[in-house]
Amino acid sequence: MVKLVATEEEVMLADAARGFLDAAAPVAHLRGLRDAGETEDKALWKSMAEMGWAGILVPESAGGSDMGHAAACVLAGEMGKTLATSPFISTAVIAATALRQVADDRANDALARIASGDVTYALAVDESAKFNPEATQMEARREGNGFRLNGSKGFVVDGGNADRLLVLARTGEALTLFDLPADRAGITREAKSMIDNRDAATVQFAEVEATGADVLGQVDDAMTVLKPAIEAGQAALAAEMAGVAAGAFGMTVEYLKERKQFGVPIGAFQALQHRAAHLWCECEVTASAILNAGRKLDEDPENAALAVSLAKARATDTVQLAVQEGVQMHGGIGMTDAFDMGFYMKRARVGAEWLGDYGYHANIVAQMRGF
Amino acid sequence: MSETAEQLSTFQAELRAWLEENCPQEMRDGRNDETTICWGGKNWNFTSDAQRTWLQRCVTKGYTVPTWPVEYGGAGLSREEEKVFHAEMARIKARYPLQSFGIWMLGPALLHFGTHEQKLHYLPPIARGEVRWCQGYSEPGAGSDLANVQTRCEDKGDHWLVNGQKIWTSYADKADWIFALVRTDKDAPKHKGISFVLINMETEGVSTRPIKLISGVSPFCETFFDDVKFPKEQVVGTINRGWDVAKYLLTHEREMISAAGGSMGTGRPLGAVISDCETGVSDPVLRGDAMRAEVDTLAVELTLERYKDQAEAGGSVGDASAMLKYMGTELNKRRLELLMAAGGSDALEWDDGRAPNWLRTKANSIEGGTSEVMLSILSKRVLGLPG
Repeated sequence: MVKLVATEEEVMLADAARGFLDAAAPVAHLRGLRDAGETEDKALWKSMAEMGWAGILVPESAGGSDMGHAAACVLAGEMGKTLATSPFISTAVIAATALRQVADDRANDALARIASGDVTYALAVDESAKFNPEATQMEARREGNGFRLNGSKGFVVDGGNADRLLVLARTGEALTLFDLPADRAGITREAKSMIDNRDAATVQFAEVEATGADVLGQVDDAMTVLKPAIEAGQAALAAEMAGVAAGAFGMTVEYLKERKQFGVPIGAFQALQHRAAHLWCECEVTASAILNAGRKLDEDPENAALAVSLAKARATDTVQLAVQEGVQMHGGIGMTDAFDMGFYMKRARVGAEWLGDYGYHANIVAQMRGF
Repeated sequence: MSETAEQLSTFQAELRAWLEENCPQEMRDGRNDETTICWGGKNWNFTSDAQRTWLQRCVTKGYTVPTWPVEYGGAGLSREEEKVFHAEMARIKARYPLQSFGIWMLGPALLHFGTHEQKLHYLPPIARGEVRWCQGYSEPGAGSDLANVQTRCEDKGDHWLVNGQKIWTSYADKADWIFALVRTDKDAPKHKGISFVLINMETEGVSTRPIKLISGVSPFCETFFDDVKFPKEQVVGTINRGWDVAKYLLTHEREMISAAGGSMGTGRPLGAVISDCETGVSDPVLRGDAMRAEVDTLAVELTLERYKDQAEAGGSVGDASAMLKYMGTELNKRRLELLMAAGGSDALEWDDGRAPNWLRTKANSIEGGTSEVMLSILSKRVLGLPG
């Protein structure tokens, strides 16, 4: 049975992560990137890789720290608190999990390069404004011994900067997952200006050649590799969102204690106390769903779908509430660009959509619970 | 304490075999609502032979109170074994063999604050379903302001003398004993003059009067103490420090109410229940609301598990139990609203049976501390907000 209590190792990891992120990637760091018109900090990712974060799901034999999904969720949560900009979920969680399903020499080599921070990945799945991998239309036409890819992917998170792309395409009736260098001939990337100042791109594929060696896993069987990878990503993203909620909540509670109106701290007003306490309750309940998802992915990955969708649904709901209450309880200053709360709100909106929104995941929960 | 995986799977196999052999078919309908509960007690009328048999068989194994020590009538299960126990019970949709305020509230308080003699005297009859307890906390002037207890309890040398009134005493008219908060020092600050006492309901001067509720039934009573004498040793914990016991017990009550309805932990998913109803999940708005409620229910259940795991690992749950109480009861009200909506006009007839359960849940966010009291506790003690 799953144990829903943080291990000593996880507590230490969280403490270390918090110390590092508060110094190296506070919200001011994101603001700095935005003001400079940048969406990544390669040096920051390199430092994270040196601490073992990039290889958190990479086997020790390939140079990783192999701490598991619950630990990956701990890191994602801490990154959420300070809105740290990194390709952690795309590369260290999604791509690493996909490559581990394959685990041949080439995949192990790629895992080693992920762990060392030498290569970054992005997942190219979406073709419409909503996440729905099963509905993938983009075609990989068989030609000779290989394939030709034609079509377009949108909302490719981290796709503007990534070295490689995991591309889901239709091969006849079935789906196949390709692992391609982002500079392969015929691939055109257009980085989009996103509300959260993170990297997301539209990627066009025009007669892009791929061989059997570019296929991750088996032809016509993308989901064996992709499903666990997406679930791992969804759990980590849920954890990040819970971290975003915690960050926004922490700022808000501090403000309730500091800000005075009518001669008293506004936190003395019961109307605000009860809203803050309710928000804390929502955060606590969501934390349980996230810990559970991490544990299920580590201990019973075949049957983690319900736990993962539950975590993503809850986190999406909670973070939306946290940032909205955050702005409301701060009043006018919460609306200003000079204040950090807006960054939390915008990241929350993006995280809510990526890898499936509330409705997508609540529907999975409902179906798995018999309706 | 933690078992090896092998010990745990042996326990699971034995338990599963025992349940298969001993749980009567009629007790496998997953129902744990007010109409099917076995409360036990001296005057209990079993609703069926199966209910009696199921209780008796569980008593021999200590399964009415699986985590209590064996010497007090329990099975001495560890936290891991308890999880297995509940999972196996849920697997065959077994009803709980016995539920009572003795199990939920007095038991945990006695295990924590009672003397060895008190535990040996009071706990085994609770475990066997022989003595039914009720809780005497609220008074007409002590609702949310619970520490404003006015029921007087005077030291008369060789006995105590009690005068006063309690209200909202659940099933006082059916209970054999009452655990109550009484004022033993009227001059002390209000939290410091309260004691936690145990009184036999058959004592001269104790009387009860049922209160009819909006659900048509009378689960609550007024309880009157009119020159009631009882022995000196029937005090739990230190005299005048009964508030400590009361707070500890309220924590358990809050956890219990948060998991209320029984069905929350072991029952069928909300959607499956709703789809049985005529309007069912063909209504997209209802389905959407049910999905949300299901997501929240699963997450609140996991939180209950997480807090139990935390407590077992030595961490204290403390004031956070107010969160479980608040979230659990608000959720339960939502669930019953959905079940009523799914039932449509069928559910509006008293004979249908859904309405009383639905109306009953409206008290969940009042009893044991209102939702608003819970939020105030959290904002002050957990968030550290002023005032």
